[in-house]
Amino acid sequence: MKALCWEGVNKLSVENVPDPELHNDQDMIVRLIAGTTCGSDLHLIGGYIPAMRAGDIIGHEFLGEVVETGPGVRRHAVGDRVVVCSFVGCGRCWYCANDLWSLCDNTNTNPGIAQAMFGYETAGIFGYSHAMGGLRGSHAEYVRVPFADYGAFPVPEGIDDTSALFCSDSVPTGWMGADLAGVKPGDVVAVWGCGAVGQMAARAALLLGAERVISIDRIPERLAMTERYIGSETIDYTAVDVAAELRERTGGRGPDVCIEAVGMEAHSDGPAHLYDQAKQQLRLQTDRPTAVRQAIHACRKGGTVFILGVFAGAVDKFPLGAVINKGLTVRGAQMHGQRYIPMLLERMAAGQLKTAHLATHTVPLEQAPQAYDMFKHKTDGCVRAVIRPAP
Amino acid sequence: MRKRAWWILPMAGAAAIGVHRARSGPSGDDRAHDRWLTVTVNRPAEEVRPGGRLPTPLRAFDERIEVDVRPAPGDRGTELAVRLKQPPGGARTSLPGRLAGQDPRQDLRLALRETKALLEAGEVLHPDTPPTSRETPGGRLVGLLVRRSGGEGVL
Ligand SMILES: NC(=O)c1ccc[n+]([C@@H]2O[C@H](COP(=O)([O-])OP(=O)(O)OC[C@H]3O[C@@H](n4cnc5c(N)ncnc54)[C@H](O)[C@@H]3O)[C@@H](O)[C@H]2O)c1
Ligand SMILES: [Zn+2]
Ligand SMILES: [Zn+2]
Repeated sequence: MKALCWEGVNKLSVENVPDPELHNDQDMIVRLIAGTTCGSDLHLIGGYIPAMRAGDIIGHEFLGEVVETGPGVRRHAVGDRVVVCSFVGCGRCWYCANDLWSLCDNTNTNPGIAQAMFGYETAGIFGYSHAMGGLRGSHAEYVRVPFADYGAFPVPEGIDDTSALFCSDSVPTGWMGADLAGVKPGDVVAVWGCGAVGQMAARAALLLGAERVISIDRIPERLAMTERYIGSETIDYTAVDVAAELRERTGGRGPDVCIEAVGMEAHSDGPAHLYDQAKQQLRLQTDRPTAVRQAIHACRKGGTVFILGVFAGAVDKFPLGAVINKGLTVRGAQMHGQRYIPMLLERMAAGQLKTAHLATHTVPLEQAPQAYDMFKHKTDGCVRAVIRPAP
Repeated sequence: MRKRAWWILPMAGAAAIGVHRARSGPSGDDRAHDRWLTVTVNRPAEEVRPGGRLPTPLRAFDERIEVDVRPAPGDRGTELAVRLKQPPGGARTSLPGRLAGQDPRQDLRLALRETKALLEAGEVLHPDTPPTSRETPGGRLVGLLVRRSGGEGVL
């Protein structure tokens, strides 16, 4: 079959690779209907995520049709249209049982690397390096789905492929940010990043009752899209002083909840950016935490900062003083998708959540490298490129 | 390679610390360098050791290990602890020995991990094979580190 492979830093190509096979009883094989680029892939492509091998298939946000089930699969049958959670959970360890799916104990097939980096390994994720599971990615014609009964969800009739696709990763990620940050009626919420993840976090905050949501980015079409489809206010961080603007828009208090949906390759104009980039390139720090710093600084006293953006290692100039003196709660997580996906599909069917606008481009698998280039550089108004192996 | 190999440093560092700790236990306990290996299994104790029998992956160690099963605090299931009756030593437990996969505790740790997976999820998740779609020297190095990584604690 054809698949999109990582060939080295900033090098992707479409290759012929062996078809996936069932390796465990609870596996199934899914034929891809659609997959999408995700901001997390950019960190892989840029070489910031450890333990990639040339030839690794990438991709983790996808929807497809079941073509083969292992003897241990009970809840799915050949022909079902399913959306699959990007993180793989066994469903029965203590973490899965407590709805903390991205922390599953049993789905990282190479636990040692994450143990060395984080203390304990986390769950496996499709197409996201040998450190984060060692599972093949989904930008291919077929993909093997382990623990299929727990990670794949049937898509209700009324929801089209492109809309449902984003329930695999970006929608549950955004929802989790607002949910676990404790957004409640009356809150003012600020969200850094107007990519798919930031937009979905903003939408979730509104649906959870936030009084106002303010989204922050610099890309004009993304700001406009967020105002139009999500219904939040926006700030262009290159045009104003974000902290000052947030302070005045919140009656001098600061946002109750700040959600960071930017990640380790954050951009900024200030001299701090050059400093961060240089240190990151020399690997004196692995990540650039610009938006995290800003969120911590801007947050109201006693407020909550939730980090959805992906970071891999260590950061520098972390404003610990603001955290302790302002009594902040700082949290982060990779997405516990299985906890939210059925509810999100219901909300989607009820028309409360719209995602189709995120799919600014649709390409066949052969053009996936160019699509990633466009997504990385945010050219041609690209927010998400949907990859369809069989157009 | 340089551009994406930053993570080898923290890994090697952690491995070295692990080995250092393993060799310099507090005086008084002559087996402090050879601590019990434990996992918590999200199942009741009677399922972890039904009728006193060892779960399959550990059966291979049978006479060579001591086993302790006790309830975990709260709702966390059962703690399963094992250690080799004959403590390993010498070159096999050194950093090169561990990198070469010669420390018997690495196999024991793996068996413990597989026991937990079987009891909780009914199967041990296998990686996709082949692990990647083609072989390169850098890829083989990653593969080597990764293969070792299911062993005792770190690396
Ligand atoms: N926690 C999870 O489980 C999870 C899941 C999916 C994605 N993610 C992460 O979420 C992040 C966003 O993903 P995405 O797909 O939306 O990516 P994206 O690249 O489409 O969006 C990132 C946005 O951040 C903006 N940005 C850059 N620097 C900024 C700054 N200093 N202030 C404000 N905005 C800034 C960019 O202009 C861009 O619009 C990534 O780090 C990704 O890895 C996390
Ligand atoms: Zn993603
Ligand atoms: Zn689990």
